[in-house]
Amino acid sequence: MILTEPWRVLVFLVGIIAFAALNAAYLVWLERKVAGHIQGRIGPKEVGPFGLLQPLADGLKLMSKQLLVPKGVDPLLFKVAPLLVLVPAVMSFVTIPFSDTLVARNIDIGLLLIFAFASVNVMGLLLGGWGSNNKYAVISAARAVSQNVAYEIPMLITVITMVMITGTMNLNEMVVQQAGGFWNWHIFANPLMPIAFLIFFTCSLAETNRAPFDLGEAESELIAGFHTEYSGMGFGVFFMGEYANIIIGCSLSAILFLGGWHSPIGFLPDQGLWGLCWFLGKVYFLIFCVMWIRWTYPRTTLWGLLNLSWKILIPISLLILLLTGAMIKVWPLIIGVS
Amino acid sequence: MSGYFKELFGGTKSLFVGLGVTIKYMVKPVVTVQYPHETLTMTPRFRGHIELVGDEETGAPKCVVCGMCQKACPSNCISLTGEKPEGGKKKVLTGYTLNFTTCSLCGLCVESCKFGAITFSRDYNLAGPSKGAYIFDLKKRLEEKSG
Repeated sequence: MILTEPWRVLVFLVGIIAFAALNAAYLVWLERKVAGHIQGRIGPKEVGPFGLLQPLADGLKLMSKQLLVPKGVDPLLFKVAPLLVLVPAVMSFVTIPFSDTLVARNIDIGLLLIFAFASVNVMGLLLGGWGSNNKYAVISAARAVSQNVAYEIPMLITVITMVMITGTMNLNEMVVQQAGGFWNWHIFANPLMPIAFLIFFTCSLAETNRAPFDLGEAESELIAGFHTEYSGMGFGVFFMGEYANIIIGCSLSAILFLGGWHSPIGFLPDQGLWGLCWFLGKVYFLIFCVMWIRWTYPRTTLWGLLNLSWKILIPISLLILLLTGAMIKVWPLIIGVS
Repeated sequence: MSGYFKELFGGTKSLFVGLGVTIKYMVKPVVTVQYPHETLTMTPRFRGHIELVGDEETGAPKCVVCGMCQKACPSNCISLTGEKPEGGKKKVLTGYTLNFTTCSLCGLCVESCKFGAITFSRDYNLAGPSKGAYIFDLKKRLEEKSG
């Protein structure tokens, strides 16, 4: 099905916003279910069958609440900040290839675009914290920024390694290169790639401020962090942005390392709708892992977090970059293949 | 340098062990009881408020109105009355009131009873709108129980 230009934009815009909003709502439900079962509880169960209407009830509650704007806040920044978190996350969906044909804009620098938008996200947190006129919010914003700076480096080094292997920044092309079964996925491109995948996944956790790296929202120290002063849907939009970012992070992991919309075994179909199913299956598996990790580990300390990045992740990712470069350039020379 | 790698491998391994523990708990059956919809049966030695024990055949209270429980109660929450029916030999219980608002569930009344006429109930779903709801008429309760 080929749509003409103005309709195509409209359909993808509505589709992407609906996808992000629905996912934010139902990932909260899933998170509560996973948390419950890990702790030997059931989780939400009263509203609708299996508590499936719980997100609807939560949404209605958030929308009916008053939007409080405390005294002394920066009126513009305070209102813009939640949007600055949500909008870049939604924008990033534009280049994500959901299947071989289902991608809003298949542009050559898709990967770069996503990382550019991901950096705006932390700007939203900083402005929200700064504009709130609240000391906890400012401390939390400062923490979020230092954390994002520290973790963007190993993440980007890993991505550079990946770009060296693929030779393209077009996400769809990257996926096409991984056709034909899971042994062709980039996670098995060379023996170091599983470690690179772990580093990338860890960094995407830290970039999205998820546990165990959710220092920005350490309740015991900072109340609710940068969204302390937000009520009603202002808080809701921050939350939606967080979940949209998780989806983006997991989609990127799936596209870069796990073969995107390709089926794990070569002969299974992965065209059209099948591709969408494989892709969403991988993404939701990774999102489940994110939740699993959140409910397993306690929150790290600030120095532990920075130590992990500067002393472990950055040296190792640099080493992987070097060795991968050597494997690509030097190895063919040694065995005499051009 | 070898310490660095030892710590790195040990730490990474422990992280995966932790993940293994939680996934095991996730697939285990849940331990919570969905309270208003389902309740647990209380253990035999649960100490709820006291109640009278009826005679197995007649269903009449075993109590002989000796008043030992009333005397034993440190917070004076038991009051009972009895009378001798005409032609009868033994006293018969006519009223047994427990003021549960001051009861501390010490169980001295149950210990002091030589006839096994009072015991702990297994009621724990206690809620009432006023203090008056906790002045229990235990004789009435026994009659209702035995039907």
